[in-house]
This record gives sequence, structure tokens and C-alpha cells, in this order.
Amino acid sequence: MMGYVSYLSFFLTLALIYGIATMGLNMQWGFTGLFNAGVVGFFAIGGYAYAIVIGPDRPDLVGGFELPFVIGLLGALAFSALAALIVGLATMRLRSHYLAISTFGIALTIQLVALNFESLTAGNLGLIGLGRPLEDAFDTPLGFNLFYLGLMVVATLVVYGALQLILHSPWGRVLRAIREDEEAAISLGKNVSRFRLEAFVIGCSLMGLAGAFYVGSIGYISPFDFLPIVTFQIWTMLILGGSGNNRGAILGAIVVWGVWTSSGWLISTVLPPAWQVRGAASQVILIGLILVLTLLYRPRGLIGERVTVSSGAKLNDR
Amino acid sequence: MLSVRDLHKRFGELRAVDGVSFELAKGGITGLIGPNGAGKTTLFNTLCGTIQADGGEVELDGTRLDRLPAHRILHAGLARTFQIPRPFPEMTVLENVMIAPLNQPGETFWNAWFRRGTVASAERRIRERAMEVLEFTTLAHLAGEPARSLSGGQKKLLELARVLIAEPKIILLDEPAAGVNPALMEVLVDKIVSLNRQGITFLLIEHNMDLVMSVCDPVMVMAQGAMLCVGDAETVRNDPRVLAVYLGEAP
Repeated sequence: MMGYVSYLSFFLTLALIYGIATMGLNMQWGFTGLFNAGVVGFFAIGGYAYAIVIGPDRPDLVGGFELPFVIGLLGALAFSALAALIVGLATMRLRSHYLAISTFGIALTIQLVALNFESLTAGNLGLIGLGRPLEDAFDTPLGFNLFYLGLMVVATLVVYGALQLILHSPWGRVLRAIREDEEAAISLGKNVSRFRLEAFVIGCSLMGLAGAFYVGSIGYISPFDFLPIVTFQIWTMLILGGSGNNRGAILGAIVVWGVWTSSGWLISTVLPPAWQVRGAASQVILIGLILVLTLLYRPRGLIGERVTVSSGAKLNDR
Repeated sequence: MLSVRDLHKRFGELRAVDGVSFELAKGGITGLIGPNGAGKTTLFNTLCGTIQADGGEVELDGTRLDRLPAHRILHAGLARTFQIPRPFPEMTVLENVMIAPLNQPGETFWNAWFRRGTVASAERRIRERAMEVLEFTTLAHLAGEPARSLSGGQKKLLELARVLIAEPKIILLDEPAAGVNPALMEVLVDKIVSLNRQGITFLLIEHNMDLVMSVCDPVMVMAQGAMLCVGDAETVRNDPRVLAVYLGEAP
């Protein structure tokens, strides 16, 4: 019984972490129409920045500053924001699929850097033995898992609340207008490049924050955690949940992560060992299937966006 | 107030705008006519900075518009509407208008976190003003509807409402009457004339000659990228060069 509770809390922890990254993508795609196909790259930067800031000192590696958990989170936010600023300044002039292709390439590059920059990331070995916050205060894994889940619930609520304030303000209204018709937004005096860059940087910082929480929950980091499939999972979470709505983003993250983990469990228990590698490929197909079916039959997702964006323009009947 | 000097725009071999110069006096409604392909919309796009001119100057009350990025043009006082209306389709009519006022404090995201009182009171004022503009353009009853559900004529009115709230000095209308039913067109013309009386200058591209002849003075005629002639409606109508470009050269 305790095993199930422990596992469930670990499952929900990861689902909420992906939910934070999905909210970041929602700001970019759901509101501004920015096609970021390199989500995992910023997730990775946040994860590595966190690992390097909080990790133990290792004589043969750069970094390992042994700083507190919170400083690690701030480091993750700062480095992913900086990376997003550089990428954004270089790519924000690109439209839709061109932006998608370049961000996809950038994420692959980031993963290759993590794999090969051994003096910083320890290459394919990854960084292990990263202390988890207040780990020693708990006698059992269950205790820590419940504590960390509580932390993620708080983090999700804080991120959600902070985003609601800015997305449903005149600022968010301009983002929606840019998504709807960029040229019309420019003709109305809006500095579209500035808004696009802001949405890109804030969104990517949240992906970086999620990366830090991810590493914080498992206590190690490996470049093989940052393959393109993560980007597709997060996209599927957003599309299934409902692009343009942060509650949808969180719900989508829980549902898609549930499908992913339960299908993984099913494959490992039902299939004979010789078939398991092939079986794992079907998980990826399943994610693609959810994405396509949602787009075909429920393009607005489980919870669609509201018609009125800004709280100042709400009318009584909606 | 608006002076255009020797404006050029080429697309490859095509001289879409070929050395156009004109002056608009404050407070007028100027018509811009000419056959399809004369370069009227390209001229508009060049004035608004949507298209970068190859040469020439555009000046509005002493400000050089041709040196400004496209998003600063409205700040300088020049607004435009589109030939095919471009409201934000998935946003409500009210929000389409509320987005347009310039320099809103809430457009800075940290203000939405740290100066919520300022943003909220600005929003109340903007909303009040937006409802007035919607009343004026007869769209108030549609405030909560998504803009995509409006008729063609209502979309034209919405575009007018949207630029009005930004308080421009001059409004460029690209075919305001196209695709608008006659009843709504009367409303539209009525609104343009009444705004003009309040001091807003208009420049409009139009193919509907009844409209041009009844409200525009002067009328400018463009053909093949150049300004062919300028004059009051009567003069332009009887100019043999104008007849020639519309009906083909006389044999």
C-alpha cells in the first residue's frame, strides 16, 4: 500500500513538473503563436544549471558549488533565460515552421553539448549524487516523495498564479493579438518583436525551472533524459489539455504523463523481455496518436481557451 | 499636414510607386482612385511602413514617417485600415478595441505583477472609452462577440473603432465600402463625415464612385504607379486622361 502511495506521489510530482514546462510552452504557442520545437533544450539548460550550482565539488569537473536548493533554482531560471535571450534575438524574426526547425536544431545541439562537454557535464556518465532538498530529514522514500510533491503543488500554484496575472492583463491581450494577426498588431502601434521576445524568454525560463525541479526530484542528471521525445510529450500535453489555457496545460500534463507511465508499465509486465525494446517504441507512437487524434477530433483540447483574454474586458455573460 | 515627396517603390522591374508626391491639408477627406494595379495599396503600405520605400520622404506634421519602424507610425498620428478587414478573429469585439490605445501601462508585464492598481484603473478608463467608440460605430451590442462572427461591413466598422481609440490625426482607409451592404455603408459614410468634422483628416482608396464623388475633396488619381491628376470630383471626372486610364486609350 505504502509503495503505491509513494509511487503515485512520484508520478504526480513528475506530472506537475511537466505541467510547469507546458505552461511555459502555452505562453509561447497558446498565446503568442511561437512555434518552439526545442522545449527540451531549455529544460536541459535549467537542469544542468541547477546540477552545477548545487552539486558536490568534483576535482576533475568545473562547477559543483554546493549552494542551496533555492539558489540552484534561481541559477536554472537565470541560465535558461539567458539562453532564451540569445536564441530569441537570433530567431525571433523567423516565422512559424522556420522558428520550429531552428529551435529543434538548437535543442539537439544543447543535448550534444551536454553529452560531449565532459569537463562541465561529465558527458554520458551524467552527474550523480546530487543531494535532494531536505533529503536527510526524511527516514523513508515515501516521506521525501510526499514532501517533494507538496513542494511541486506549491510551485505549480505559484507559477499558475503569476502567469494568470500577466496573461490576463493588457500584456497578454497583445500576445493574443500577435498570434491572431501580427501585421494588424504592428499597425496598432505594438512593438511585436519586443512582445515575442518577452514571451519566448519567460516561457523558456519556466522550462528551465521545470528542468531544475526534475533534477531536484531524482538527484542525478544524464544527457539521455533530454532527447527530442520530451519536446513532443510536452507539446502533446499542451494540445490535449487545451492550448491557450493554463488549467488545460496542467490537466494535459497529468493525463499524458499518466498514459506514458502506464503504457510503460504495461509493456514491461506484459511483453516478453525480447520484445520490450520494440514495445517501448510503441509508447512514442502512442504519444503521436494522442496528438493527431486531439487535433482531428478536439482541436481546442480538453479545456479550450476563453474568448475574453484580459480580465479588464470581461463581460457578465461570459 | 501630410507631405509625400518623390516616393518610390519597385518590385523587380515593376515600378509600383513611381515618384509620387502630394500634400494633404489638415481636415480634409481626400479620395485616391485609379484602376486596379495602379499602386494605391502599395502607396498605403509604404506610407504606413509595412513596406520599406526605396526612396522619397513622408512627413506628418514635421515627423519623418519614412524613418520610423512600422510600429511607431500610429504613435506619430497616422492610422490605417485594411482592404480586407483584419480584426483579431478569436478575440471579442470589445478586446479588439481595448487593445488599440497607445502606451497602456498594462502592456508591460511587470506592471501586471507589481503595479496592479495602476493597470486596473487604466483598464477601467480604456474600457469606458472603448464602449463609447463602439456606441459611436453602432457595434456596442456586439461587444462580447468574437470578431470572426461579424459581417464584412461590421468588420470595417470595427477596424475604424479600433484606430479611433488611438486618437490619430489622420486615418488611411483602404476601400472602406468594399463588401459592405448599402445600409451599413450609409452608416460608415456618416461616421467618416462626422469624424472629419471633429478634425480627423482622411485619405481613402475607393472604387465606389458615388461615395468618392459625394464626400471626397480633393480626389487624386493614380495610374501605373504615378499620380495622374488631382482636383475636385467634378474636374477629375471630366479629365480625359482619367477616362483614358479607366476605359483604355481613345482610338
